Amino acid sequence: MTAGAEPLRLRAERRRIGEDVVKGVLALCALVSVLTTVGIVVALFQPAIEFFREVSLVDFLTGTEWAPLFEPQHFGVLPLITGTLLVTAVASLVGMPLGLGSAIYLSEYASSRARGVLKPLLEILAGVPTVVFGYFALTFVTPLLRDLGVGAEIFNTLSAGLVMGVMLIPTIASLSEDAMGAVPRTLRDGAYALGSTKLQVATRIVVPAAISGIVASFVLGLSRAVGETMIVLIAMGQQPNLTFDPREAAEAMTAFIAATGAGDVPTGSIEYKTIFAVGATLFVLTLVMNVVSIRLVRKYQEVYE
Amino acid sequence: MSSRALKGGLFQAGLLFSLAVGFVTLGVLLADVLIDGVGYLDGTMLTEPPSIDPQIAGARPAILATIYLGALLLLFTVPIGVGTAIYLEEYANRERWYNRLLELNIQNLAAVPSIIWGILGLAFLVRGIGLGRVLLAGALILTLLVLPTVIIAAREAIRSVPDSIRQGAYALGATQWQVVSRQVLPAAIPGIATGSILALSRALGETAPLIMIGAVTYIAFDPTILGPFTALPIQIYQWVSLPQPEFKLLAAGAILILLAILLTMNALAIWLRNRYRRTW
Repeated sequence: MTAGAEPLRLRAERRRIGEDVVKGVLALCALVSVLTTVGIVVALFQPAIEFFREVSLVDFLTGTEWAPLFEPQHFGVLPLITGTLLVTAVASLVGMPLGLGSAIYLSEYASSRARGVLKPLLEILAGVPTVVFGYFALTFVTPLLRDLGVGAEIFNTLSAGLVMGVMLIPTIASLSEDAMGAVPRTLRDGAYALGSTKLQVATRIVVPAAISGIVASFVLGLSRAVGETMIVLIAMGQQPNLTFDPREAAEAMTAFIAATGAGDVPTGSIEYKTIFAVGATLFVLTLVMNVVSIRLVRKYQEVYE
Repeated sequence: MSSRALKGGLFQAGLLFSLAVGFVTLGVLLADVLIDGVGYLDGTMLTEPPSIDPQIAGARPAILATIYLGALLLLFTVPIGVGTAIYLEEYANRERWYNRLLELNIQNLAAVPSIIWGILGLAFLVRGIGLGRVLLAGALILTLLVLPTVIIAAREAIRSVPDSIRQGAYALGATQWQVVSRQVLPAAIPGIATGSILALSRALGETAPLIMIGAVTYIAFDPTILGPFTALPIQIYQWVSLPQPEFKLLAAGAILILLAILLTMNALAIWLRNRYRRTW
C-alpha cells in the first residue's frame, strides 16, 4: 500500500453479525498455522526431552559411535552430523557459485526474451522431485564417478552432494535474482556513466548492493541441503560413518530419521525416541538458518523497496 | 582484444557455464530416466500391482493413491490457505504483534524440512491419535506441509488487486465481506490457482514424509482413504532400494509417470499465469 493512501474504512452503524462470523472463520483458518507450529514443537521436543533423560546430552553430542538399533547401544550423534555436514559442504561448493552465476546472468546479461525462456526451465529443474534426484545420483552419477576412477563406493557422499548442489541452483538463483532486480537502475547508470564495463557494474555495484539477498539465498540453500532426505537416503547410504572422505558411504541425520521411522520400532522405546532427538537437532539447526535468511531478505527489501 | 574486453568475455562465459550446468543436468537426467524406463512403461505398469517378479510388476495402487492424495490435498489446502491469506491481507491489523508473529511463523513453516513433517505425522496422527499408517494421515500431513506455500502465493495474488477497486466498492456501500468475496477474490483467482497448482505438484512429489507415515510395505490392492497405502514416490523409492537391476529400470518407468503428472500440472500453472496475466 502506498503511503498516504490509507483506505478509509467506513463502519456501518448497525453491527453486522454475518461480517463478524466471516472474520472469525478466516481467523480460525490462520490459527491452523499457529497450531501446526505448536504441534511440531510438542511432537519433537517432548520425546526428545525424555530421550535426554536416558542419554546424557554430552554423550549425545560428543560420542563418536551411533548404533541405537543394535546391542550394545551407542548414542553419539557425531557420525550423523559429519555425514550431514560433508554432503552439505559438497552441495554448497556446487550450488552456491553456479546459483549465483546463473542469477547474475539472468539479472544483468540475459535479454528479456531469453529470460522468458530460461526462468521457466529453471522452474522445471526446481520441480523435479528429490526421489528422482536420488535415483539419478545412484544410477547415473555414481557409476560415472567410478568409471572416471574417483574410487567412490557404491553409496557415497560425493555423488549425493554433487546432485544436491544442482538441486540447489534454482533456489539460490531465483532468490539472488530477486535481490539483484531490487537494485535501482540509477546505481547501474551512474557506474556506466563513470566508464565502468558490464563486468565491473555486475561485480562491484550490483552484487555488493544485493549482498544481503545473496547471503539469504545461500543460507536458505544450506538449510535445504541440511534438511534434504531422499538424495542422501538413496545415494549416500545408511551406515553411520565418522569420516571426511566424500568417496565413502555415510549416513546423514535425515536418512537416519527416515530409515528408522519407516521401520516398526515400538512407540515409547529408546529407539523410537532417537528419531525425535535427531529430529529436534535438525529442526533447531534449520530454524536458525531460516530466521537468518528471512531477516536478510527483509533488510534489502527495506533498503530498496 | 583489450584486456578489459577479454576479462568481460571470460566472465560472461563463466556465467553462461553456471546456467548451462543446471540445464545440462536436467537434460541428462530426463534422457537417463527415459532410456532406462521406457521399456517398462506399458499397460502392466498402469494396471498391475507390484510383484516380486519385475516382468509383471506394476504401480497401479501407487498411481491411484497419488491421485487420491492430490484430490484430498486440493480439498483441504485451498479453503484453509485462501482463508488465511484473506485474513492476513484484508482483515489483520499489521500493527498487532500477533499478526506479525503469524506472518513470520508462516514464512518459517514454509522452510521446515519435509522429514520433520513426517515426524509430526508419525507422532500425532499415526501413533498419537491412533489413525494408523493410512492414506488420510498422509493427506493431512501433506496438507500442513504445503499450506504455507499456498498461503504465500494466495497473499501475493490478493495483494496485486489494486486498492482502488476496494475503494470503489466501499463507496457504493458494500460491506467488507462483499468487497472481498465479489471484487477481490474473483480478481485474484488466476494467481491463487497458479500458486495452488504449483504447491500441489510439489507436495505430490514429496517422499520423505510419506515414508514415515505410509510405511514402505508391499501393497497389492487398490487404496482406500482409511486403509494402508503406498504412493508413486514411495513406490519409486522402494524399487530403487532393491538390489536387482530390473527393479531400478522399473523405478525409472514409475518416475516417468510421476514426472508426466507433475510436469503437466506445472505446465497448466504456467499457462494459467500467462493466459490470465492482468496489468491494472
